[in-house]
Amino acid sequence: MSQIVVIQRKLYMKLSYLSDLGKFVLWQKEVFRKPENWGMYYKELIRQMYDIGIGSLPIVLLIAIFLGAVTVVQFYYQMEGTLIPPYYIGYIVRDMMIIELAPMVTCLVLAGNVGSTMAAEIGGMRQKEHIDAMEIMGLNTSSYLIMPKLLAAAYVIPILVCVAALVGITGGYLASVPSGLFTHAEYVQGLRAFFIPYNVVMMLVKSVVFALILVSVSCFQGYFVKGGSIELGAASTRAVVFGDIMILLADYFIAVVLTT
Amino acid sequence: MIRAEGIFKQFGDQEVLKGIDFTFEAGKTNLIIGRSGAGKTVLLKILVGLFAPTQGRVWYNDIDYTNLDKKGILAIRKEVGMLFQGNALFDSMTIEENIRFPMDMFTPMTAKEKQMRVDEVLDRVSLGGVNPKYPSEISGGMQKRVGIARAIVLKPKYLFCDEPNSGLDPKTSITIDELISDITDEENITTIINTHDMNSVMEIGENICLLKEGKLAWNGNKDQVLDTDNEELEAFIFASPFLQKLVEAAKNNPKVDIDDIL
Repeated sequence: MSQIVVIQRKLYMKLSYLSDLGKFVLWQKEVFRKPENWGMYYKELIRQMYDIGIGSLPIVLLIAIFLGAVTVVQFYYQMEGTLIPPYYIGYIVRDMMIIELAPMVTCLVLAGNVGSTMAAEIGGMRQKEHIDAMEIMGLNTSSYLIMPKLLAAAYVIPILVCVAALVGITGGYLASVPSGLFTHAEYVQGLRAFFIPYNVVMMLVKSVVFALILVSVSCFQGYFVKGGSIELGAASTRAVVFGDIMILLADYFIAVVLTT
Repeated sequence: MIRAEGIFKQFGDQEVLKGIDFTFEAGKTNLIIGRSGAGKTVLLKILVGLFAPTQGRVWYNDIDYTNLDKKGILAIRKEVGMLFQGNALFDSMTIEENIRFPMDMFTPMTAKEKQMRVDEVLDRVSLGGVNPKYPSEISGGMQKRVGIARAIVLKPKYLFCDEPNSGLDPKTSITIDELISDITDEENITTIINTHDMNSVMEIGENICLLKEGKLAWNGNKDQVLDTDNEELEAFIFASPFLQKLVEAAKNNPKVDIDDIL
């Protein structure tokens, strides 16, 4: 293969990413069109809220409890024998969970769980001509299939993140107090120390932004899938990978914007 | 009436349709026939608006469908019903929910009216009582009939059927063909069917266009099919070796009058 062909292909791949970005931006106009029937959209919204919220709750709880527990154990290991008061660990766990771990890790996990499911569901509908059937009926499928998912995620995922933060802090407690790393009083003192309510706002902003990213990236991958089951699998994988990358990028930018 | 005017369609370097001009007559069963890869499905999807032509226009009566704005397209689509090759029934919904979906979305009908209409169309396709079943719980032929029921539930003016006989046994195929033809007559719908089934051509083809390699090779009706000396049509009709042998055997048998059979 000549060098020129290799360069052409690399350039084409880069341009296809740019073209996808343009398609994604233009698509938003279709997604946020006025619904044909508010009642049907509301029904779909409730279904999505249940699927995302209740469907993801077990995995979110499981991950959050271990995140809190591991954070406590690791910080105890780092701080043991130093002059830093033990109650600081409670304070560190609280802020770690609220500012960073609960929103970011929860949404990374949801990108894998909810995001891949959405990409596969919508991609499957595309392949089985369900989307074409709806289009023929006169339905704006971009709006009907995506908008309820976006709204449901923007509403439910911040609640899941709050639950994850609480459960993480509880996990830290369970890993430290019963095992005798520190006392109940020390941990609670840490939780109450230096509390800044603005950090909760930061958590909520992050969780809403991450929710919108993970749903829109996943739905985009599913909606425009072409080909057969291999392409559907690839789209599902791309939904998770791109979703995770976008969430990490957004995490950095939100941290910069909201803390300076 | 739907009219295709100078339709070209290109995918990358491949030109699939090369200037199709054809009028699909109102209130009739119009057939698009041809071998696999002739461009039938692409033409059907252009007519229905799922693909945009590279060049040319599609007219619904005197409305240029290809140059309509979003609102105009939606208005036309409200008058269209379509049966897909794979049925496109929503797997997670029951048969009743599938049929009710267009009514739920687009009509202000009451629950009772919707229920009556669902029962009415299911009875029309001889499937009364399957309401609570899921598409996976019924046979392929029944799924086709449910697809037809969903396509006609909003009383469309135009009915499009993409390969309605694919995957069905000959007897069920005939039943589906008759059902589509009867509904076309009863409701005075303009029906366009994309098929390569010769039974359909001979039984229900009131206005037929034969495509070959993206071009219109022949047009006529079922009564003209056997009278024509069009080579492309003959090659299409007698493509089956079994049929060729049968005709040959009939020709060689002095007791059989081949013209009578045809």
